[in-house]
Amino acid sequence: MAIDMRQFHDTFFEESLEGLAHMETELMHLEKVFASNPDDDSVASNPEIMNTIFRAAHSIKGGSSTFGFGDVAEFSHVLESRLDALRDGRCRPDRHVVNLILKAVDCLRGLIVAARHGKPADMSAVQLVRSQLEALQEDELASSRTRDLPAPSAGSTAAYARWRIYFRPQPQFFHTGNDPLRILRELDGLGVLKVQTDLSGLPAWEEVDAETCYLAWTMELSGEVTRDAILEVFDWVIEDCKLDIEPLPVASDKPQPLVAPDAVHSVDNHSGSIRVSTPKVDALINTVGELVITQSMLSQLADNFTLECLPKLFIGISQLERNTRELQDSVMRIRMLPLSFTFNRFPRLVRDISHKLGKNVDLRISGEQTELDKTIIERISDVLMHLVRNCLDHGIESPAERAAAGKPERGIIELKAYQKSGNVVIEISDDGRGIQRERVFAKAVERGLMSADAKYTSKEIHDLIFLPGFSTAETVSDVSGRGVGMDVVRSNIAELGGGVELDSEEGRGTCFTVRLPLTLAILEGLSVQAGDHVYILPLVSIIESIRLTDDQISRPAGGNEIFALRQEYLPLVRLHDLFHLKSRPTSLGQGIIVVIEADGKKAGLYVDDLLGQQQVVIKSLETHYHRVEGISAATILGDGTVAMILDASGLVRMAHVPSAVAADAAGSPDSNALMIAGAPANPTGHELRN
Amino acid sequence: MATILTVDDTASMRQMISFTLNSAGHEVLQASDGNEALKVLQGKKVDLVICDVNMPNMDGITLVKSLRELVEYKFTPILMLTTESQESKRQQGKSVGATGWIVKPFNPEQLLTIVKKVLK
Amino acid sequence: MESARAIDYQNDYALGDDQYLTFSLAGEEYGIPILKVQEIRSWDRVTPIPNSPPYIRGVLNLRGLIVPVMDLRLRFNLKEIEYNALTAIVVINVGGRMAGLAVDSVSDVIGVSAHQHCAAPEYEGQKEREFIMGLVQAEGKLLVLLDVERLVGLEVLENATNSGLSR
Repeated sequence: MAIDMRQFHDTFFEESLEGLAHMETELMHLEKVFASNPDDDSVASNPEIMNTIFRAAHSIKGGSSTFGFGDVAEFSHVLESRLDALRDGRCRPDRHVVNLILKAVDCLRGLIVAARHGKPADMSAVQLVRSQLEALQEDELASSRTRDLPAPSAGSTAAYARWRIYFRPQPQFFHTGNDPLRILRELDGLGVLKVQTDLSGLPAWEEVDAETCYLAWTMELSGEVTRDAILEVFDWVIEDCKLDIEPLPVASDKPQPLVAPDAVHSVDNHSGSIRVSTPKVDALINTVGELVITQSMLSQLADNFTLECLPKLFIGISQLERNTRELQDSVMRIRMLPLSFTFNRFPRLVRDISHKLGKNVDLRISGEQTELDKTIIERISDVLMHLVRNCLDHGIESPAERAAAGKPERGIIELKAYQKSGNVVIEISDDGRGIQRERVFAKAVERGLMSADAKYTSKEIHDLIFLPGFSTAETVSDVSGRGVGMDVVRSNIAELGGGVELDSEEGRGTCFTVRLPLTLAILEGLSVQAGDHVYILPLVSIIESIRLTDDQISRPAGGNEIFALRQEYLPLVRLHDLFHLKSRPTSLGQGIIVVIEADGKKAGLYVDDLLGQQQVVIKSLETHYHRVEGISAATILGDGTVAMILDASGLVRMAHVPSAVAADAAGSPDSNALMIAGAPANPTGHELRN
Repeated sequence: MATILTVDDTASMRQMISFTLNSAGHEVLQASDGNEALKVLQGKKVDLVICDVNMPNMDGITLVKSLRELVEYKFTPILMLTTESQESKRQQGKSVGATGWIVKPFNPEQLLTIVKKVLK
Repeated sequence: MESARAIDYQNDYALGDDQYLTFSLAGEEYGIPILKVQEIRSWDRVTPIPNSPPYIRGVLNLRGLIVPVMDLRLRFNLKEIEYNALTAIVVINVGGRMAGLAVDSVSDVIGVSAHQHCAAPEYEGQKEREFIMGLVQAEGKLLVLLDVERLVGLEVLENATNSGLSR
């Protein structure tokens, strides 16, 4: 009966990758301990560190060979033997050794990921590290503790037709849980067994101790059996008994068949899964339980409904509302993972890069238990790494520069996470040189983005670094500034429904603040009416709402409509025009202007009315249709109808584009349409459906 | 059939062993280290223990030793999961009373065969 | 099952003994492969999609899924009419993508075998030709078999989504 091992693969991959992460942390820990006290035997005085590291490698070796991942097994075997040398003190955990082992961890990770996706790994890097591992100097004792996996023993292959076996277990035989009867049964399975019991060791009945073995057996085994096969039966007990095996020769030269373990190489489809803590599941079960109670209560009411039941009905409905909200919370919480999953990679990253750049940096992490939706965490990871690299590369100064500036030699990078009003905030800050206002300004002038003699606020200048291709680094180091600019960072964050701001002071440091919604699936929105339909505006992009009259709008040089809001002038976006809606208010005063903000820019959105705040479930429009400019997704309202969710980013972008271009781009059906065969190309000559 | 306890700090091994033995009709209990194993065994009786050697909190060797001190487990078969190169561990295990060992890597069929032999 | 004398049109692919769902549109009968039909719904409230082509009426809520609805009369440049309770929406599913087709009324399911298709003569209404897979005579009437993939412009839709129109 074949058991498909593939069902265990996912777990193996997950636990192996976790194990590697543990190894990394402990290795760096060990390195620190050794560095602060090189003469001390740091390994011996911190046995748990080494044990954790060793166990992780050992488990990966065991699991990978069990589940048939040969490359991983071989490599982890080599690594494990080096770790053994470390554990014994034959090797010291200095920076060079730790570097090599960390590289080995990377290779192992690569091999595991390759195995997970069924793709071949990059063996050249692996070979290199492997030979470096093998070449690691061993100080004194030559080690034969770790041998290569021995070839299956080629024992004697001669098979004889009859064997004489004498077996006398020692008195304590039972104490290892072994049973002579089992052995006799097994021998019987090899051929035909004739048994003679030797009772000579039995004492008088009164002295017999049930826990002691007094018996011995003389047996004759007939069949084509090799000595190895017989010895195998006694494998566990060979030292606990007296054993004589004598062949009664016949001639034969049959080689013993070797049983090879099945190599189960399979393509693993990583389907994406979540490990959920039991309390979360329990909470969910409780909530569902309450929901069931509420449902049966309402059901009962419905059975014999009279108008007198109305108060009870209202109670039931409000209970239902509460249950639903709790259920929603519980379920979303299941998708939430602590940020530590991402933050864990940073100590290693900071260590490696700061070494490379010759800078001394301390990384401080706080709030890593703050939870965020799994998908968002996966997608924010690269962004955060980019920002941290930025701090390392451009922010923190070299030790010499810091000394000259009177700063402590070790720079500080801080990663802080916390929840605030429905969002998760992640701050990445450094105490480095800050954004060089003059250099950025000069570059902007050079690019024609700013005029040399105008006055700009620091914020406006800082915001420039979010423009595509904007990098003031003199040399593009291979750490950051590789063309993956801050603009990509900003748009990636925007795609997740969040935003990023920066604050910087020259000479003191820089701080990036990333705001992310708690989840991708639910949106806090404001429903607005425009034309005959309801639209949802994400609450996070709303600043305020105001009423204006027609005379408060101006149209400088026949361009976009703008209005004044305190000290600023903002463009006006008429949703009715943008979406070509038919019914619209006749004067500005009949509607409302909602001031929205996205990507650091503001605009005023003109709609008919504000309907109210509500939480909506985000449903993709792109699954069965495609992306529409100005719309980010759709949702289903309480009455079952579909409502469009507005894309603040897109609206603001369209607002800042000259009006004629915007109307064309938005209004042309071709740019958004399915292939038109037979529909007129000119939109204006045709009644657009809205 | 029998009740078997599997002790291993890696979930994938526990799952594989569990699944394999279940398919042969055995009931399987799980623990992730020696300490947990002793807790799990309280108030229960198992017919066989299969445990790994390298585990945090309480390793395999110590577990075997502790089990043999319990009256109920004086003669229960205890098998250790070891790798080819852990000869010394096997000796150590035997010296504290382990019945035998299963060498990693093994496939489900091999596991079932060994278990069948050891159980009465 | 009607046996029908069919007219093969564009491609040579063998249609086998396929079943078609037939519906009427401005007095003409059309058919689409039953395998591509997911369900039939009566006309429901549709939310318009801003700046969409005129023949896309909008989207509707199909048990939680947001599905676009195409007005076939407008797609074929026929006279537009007001939709009412008799109007049907045929929900098709092509490779996982769904869409609703608004038609006048749904008729019957008929079987058509391969040899019954044959080429159609050139006729006016060139634009619709792209969607026509073949013509069949059924019950004395002409049945136009539609190519649903082409109709919903899916290949082009694929290209549109891939070429960065959506991001």
